[in-house]
Amino acid sequence: MSSMSDKERLGFWEELKSSPSTNEFLKGIWKDNPVFVQVLGMCPVLAVTNTAENALAMGLATTFVLLMSNVLVSLLRNFIPKQVRIASYILIIASFVTIVDYLIQSVSVELHKSLGAFISLIVVNCLILSRAEAFASKNTVKYSALDALGMGGGFLLGLLCLGAVREILGSGTLFSLQLFPSGFQEWIVMILPAGGFFTLAGWLILINYTKERKLS
Amino acid sequence: MAHDEQNIRSVPEPGSKGNVRMLFVMVAIGLICAFLIVLTYEQTRPVIERKQEEALKKAIFRVLPGIKRTISFVIADGQIRPATDAPDGVRVHAGYDDRGDLMGFAIEASGQGYADIIRLIYGYDHRSQKIIGIQVLETKETPGLGDRIEKDPAFLENFRALDVAVDSANSKALHPIETVKNGKKTEDWQIEGITGATISSRAVGDILGTSSESVLPVIRMNISKVGHLNQEE
Repeated sequence: MSSMSDKERLGFWEELKSSPSTNEFLKGIWKDNPVFVQVLGMCPVLAVTNTAENALAMGLATTFVLLMSNVLVSLLRNFIPKQVRIASYILIIASFVTIVDYLIQSVSVELHKSLGAFISLIVVNCLILSRAEAFASKNTVKYSALDALGMGGGFLLGLLCLGAVREILGSGTLFSLQLFPSGFQEWIVMILPAGGFFTLAGWLILINYTKERKLS
Repeated sequence: MAHDEQNIRSVPEPGSKGNVRMLFVMVAIGLICAFLIVLTYEQTRPVIERKQEEALKKAIFRVLPGIKRTISFVIADGQIRPATDAPDGVRVHAGYDDRGDLMGFAIEASGQGYADIIRLIYGYDHRSQKIIGIQVLETKETPGLGDRIEKDPAFLENFRALDVAVDSANSKALHPIETVKNGKKTEDWQIEGITGATISSRAVGDILGTSSESVLPVIRMNISKVGHLNQEE
């Protein structure tokens, strides 16, 4: 009985692993990660990752906009004339950014203030426009949604990687929880803009090194 | 895939039919988007208003340390009225200690910053005639530069005792607030700007200057009306 369910489960995992849906979802998380591989949307990546909380909020907001705009673009892909497609995508993206702006404000005024202008700047995050143009405009709603979740998840992961490192080193906290005893000397530079570049460089080195070692 | 590429390349002949279709699609998308935005706005507005009210309350207690209660007033046309009577005008919150003695005023002000309107609130001590603290309520200033107006400790130091004394006739400021370059502050009514955020820091100075010159004379003339809280109130 148990061996049979094991077999079934194996079959399920195998099937899941090889299914195109899984591939569309996973490519954004690792293989084509927007932050570490495509290096897209660097403005929020460098600017709002001074704390893990900001990184999480920005990642979730971007994922929401990406998901909604991908779904809507995919739904309308056969109606939108090619000549006005970019204008249409921008209109759709800007609307969802406005919506996410209200949503964040209704969750927390403080959070809205600390993300400041970067919420409105999600409009010009090239990750979102590039997914609409390169993927959602040519694929079904299901795959577009999976693509958005994967890319958004990958973006969130990248932001969190930077945010966590910068907050731990720069403030000695993680999600505002004190990590070190009071004698800890914070690296102020890490929460300044320069720290964003250092941390991003560190992660890129680490990830590319791991990938290269795997290949050789 | 090949089919898709062909699709992109084959631009239809420019003609009235294609144009109408383009127009129609853009308008339709605009309508869908507008509907979604309005829907979200309507749903979130009460929550946002409540949260903003809470944030305002927190800011009032921060710019007027030691107060226990507040009463809100509105200043319009040189008159001060309870906020419940007159909704339009400058909102002013009088702060009282636990004995009901007037401790000072928290005054809301706003003006054009570098990026957008800056909204702030400042604490005014009517006895020493000084601004004793500010809190920025809303700003879209450039992150890392302009937004230092709410974080930079050296800049905020300007507002621990900023002289905004009014002349004896309660008509105008004795010394209008000036924003000077970093390191050039010599007088109590001067604000030391932030290097690299000149426009934003000057905007804060201008907002405070304009607001204090119009609001403070009215407050000083009517101070007896709001001076002390009766215990039963």
